[in-house]
Amino acid sequence: MAAILIRGGHLIDPSSGVDAPRDILLNEGRVSAVDAPGKIKHAGAEIIDAKGLVVAPGLVDIHVHLREPGQGYKETIASGTAAAAAGGFTTVCAMPNTVPVNDSPETTRWILAPERGASIRVFPIAAATRGSMGDALTEYGSLKAAGAVAVTDDGKPILGDAIMREALTTAARMNLPVIQHAEDTRLTGGCSMNAGALAFKLGLRGMPIEAESGLVERDLRLLAQVKDARAHLHVAHLSTKAALDAVKRARRNGLRVTCEVAPHHFILTEEAVSQYDTRAKMNPPLRAEADRAAMIEGILEGAVDAIATDHAPHAAHEKEQEFERAPNGITGLESALGLSISVLHGRHRMPLGRVISLLSTQPANVLCLKGRGSLAVGAFADVVIFDPAKKWVFKAIDSRSKSKNTPFDGWEMTGQVLTTISEGRVVYRRS
Amino acid sequence: MSTLTENRKPAAVRAKAVPAPSVKHAEVPAIIHSASIHPGSLLSISDLSLEDVASILESADELEAEPAIRRAERLFKRRVSLLFYESSTRTRTSFELAAKALGADTSLVSAQSSSIEKGESLKDTGITLRALGAECIILRSPFSGSPYLLAQETGLPVLNAGDGMHEHPSQALLDLRTILQRLEKNGKVSDKLLDGVTVTICGDIFHSRVARSNALLLPRLGARVLLCGPTPLLPETAAGMSHNVSIERDFDKALEQSQVVMMLRIQKERLAGLSVDLEQYTSRYQANAERIAAHAPKAVIMHPGPMIRGLEITSEVADGPQSGIEQQVKNGVAIRMALVLRAVGEAAKTGKGKGR
Repeated sequence: MAAILIRGGHLIDPSSGVDAPRDILLNEGRVSAVDAPGKIKHAGAEIIDAKGLVVAPGLVDIHVHLREPGQGYKETIASGTAAAAAGGFTTVCAMPNTVPVNDSPETTRWILAPERGASIRVFPIAAATRGSMGDALTEYGSLKAAGAVAVTDDGKPILGDAIMREALTTAARMNLPVIQHAEDTRLTGGCSMNAGALAFKLGLRGMPIEAESGLVERDLRLLAQVKDARAHLHVAHLSTKAALDAVKRARRNGLRVTCEVAPHHFILTEEAVSQYDTRAKMNPPLRAEADRAAMIEGILEGAVDAIATDHAPHAAHEKEQEFERAPNGITGLESALGLSISVLHGRHRMPLGRVISLLSTQPANVLCLKGRGSLAVGAFADVVIFDPAKKWVFKAIDSRSKSKNTPFDGWEMTGQVLTTISEGRVVYRRS
Repeated sequence: MSTLTENRKPAAVRAKAVPAPSVKHAEVPAIIHSASIHPGSLLSISDLSLEDVASILESADELEAEPAIRRAERLFKRRVSLLFYESSTRTRTSFELAAKALGADTSLVSAQSSSIEKGESLKDTGITLRALGAECIILRSPFSGSPYLLAQETGLPVLNAGDGMHEHPSQALLDLRTILQRLEKNGKVSDKLLDGVTVTICGDIFHSRVARSNALLLPRLGARVLLCGPTPLLPETAAGMSHNVSIERDFDKALEQSQVVMMLRIQKERLAGLSVDLEQYTSRYQANAERIAAHAPKAVIMHPGPMIRGLEITSEVADGPQSGIEQQVKNGVAIRMALVLRAVGEAAKTGKGKGR
């Protein structure tokens, strides 16, 4: 692998606080030097000219569905990571709701095998309970040894108090976060959108805000009962003000709780489903304006730890069904950076460095992914090079994902990925 | 960032029949459901302007009065498909009679005797009907919003004959015709035509597409709508449907204010775990002779059917002089003739969708 010298760019590395013109040398899969423009010399290195561009740590998405094993018609690890690379991601964490559920070291290792053809780094997140059935814990120790970085029953929340407490306790001993998809499914049976006047008008059963906030509050009560400083709860795809407020309160009380928000929850509202557009159907559902605004506020004030896409590919024939029959989920890997820059930096004037941090450094920290989300010397040579001012139109049809189910098709965005480098290899180059 | 803001609105309205405002930069987004909705469609009562409502009512009058032979030339040998995923007596028969009265050939596809049983999707069923020459599809489905999917996938005019808990727009129009006849409101359709009129809709509002379509239509003509029923069947959010819609849980109080009372059936097939004490329900919400005589002796009593006599309504009321129930059914044919003609006839030829 030849060394790569990226010259003339503006380097933003939240992990080391750099936000300045810098050259950077990548060698042997690691960052080997960062210095003022023109200072680094390295004979034989491939030169990438980053004049006018931002050079940042490769993005880290801690919530994606790669669908393998078992649902390769929706996505494969190869296609999903290719889409991720095109979106500037160099690390993705794969949710365990595959077929079979990833609840064993064997499946975890299968996901990690080179035969899967991943173009970037994949970290499996294993099931918290066997088959994600919520009854008995999986083997956290051997799952961690096989490569799992967290446990969750994503999509099937852990409802039982005793089993959730046990999961938090056991995971703490292994230094693994427990990720909860916070939805009290006893309140959401048959529901396909957010509860409220619009759901009533559309004749659709609605998921109440309390289904999310109530379970987050329950989880935080349980977390407080676990007398182990290592116990760590991570709330996935948080979508309501009530749940965010609960997280903020718990954090003030010293609990180790983190949360992520998806771009669609800080950009879209439930109005997007008013014509029964199944591309805007997801779980948690798009909420009302007050909740969307609360997600933006939470991000701006630093209460949100990470932006995660919840990339959830589905085949065309699955989405082109009656609204209530269509599966939940949208793709998100190739639109996340453009949307985040457009909305957070463009509209809300958040410094670009903080946007990058929410998409790389912070999510890497949430799941303790060492050497990721950083361009410090010695970190993995995971880099994204993008044009922060370039306006472009996102077209689902051009997506590298096998699936095209996104409500952002045809949206103009600011900030376009030009090159993605994973552990020193160029894995995406915009042609 | 301005451009993204500008692009948000068109994204939300892109599937509407009305032309979307011009989208800066972005081309018309390639939607999975790729076709646009045919303007002859009727998916929600809100699709209709008051002028549209007026012209449908006029057309219904005209068609009803027309000699049968002349009427049958209107859509002679045109093809209209009825696609019914749920059982129906009134709606199906009246749509069928309406299409036939205009001279059209009709074909009925119902879930139990078609490839739907074998798992064929709504999209494929619609495309198949289109390939067989259907020029309009009348859809009844247990899924809210399914007419949008069918209209987008086929590009054909789609008439919503009831979709899940969403809407039943042709019912709202025939109810309006009945109300106007009974209250002798012969004036021009306007936002004041029903000024001073209060309509109570009582019963299982939550599961009722009839209630939704009526609650969206009647206030636009100036009427006040009172929704009445127990909380499990009438959530507070229902009042947010439209201006001039409010909740009155005391049926007697609602009756005292009303010139029109619409009774609804408890939809046992859609209750999905809700428990309703039928005895208590009957004592509080049944339209029976004593209650009507005491609180609404002059009101028009309506029911979209099917009725469960002895539950939400008694025979004395259903068959009594205040009842408009048979008239509603009769009006169904006239209104549906107007809707089929609007969908397939000359006026619908402008702006045809994909596949035509």
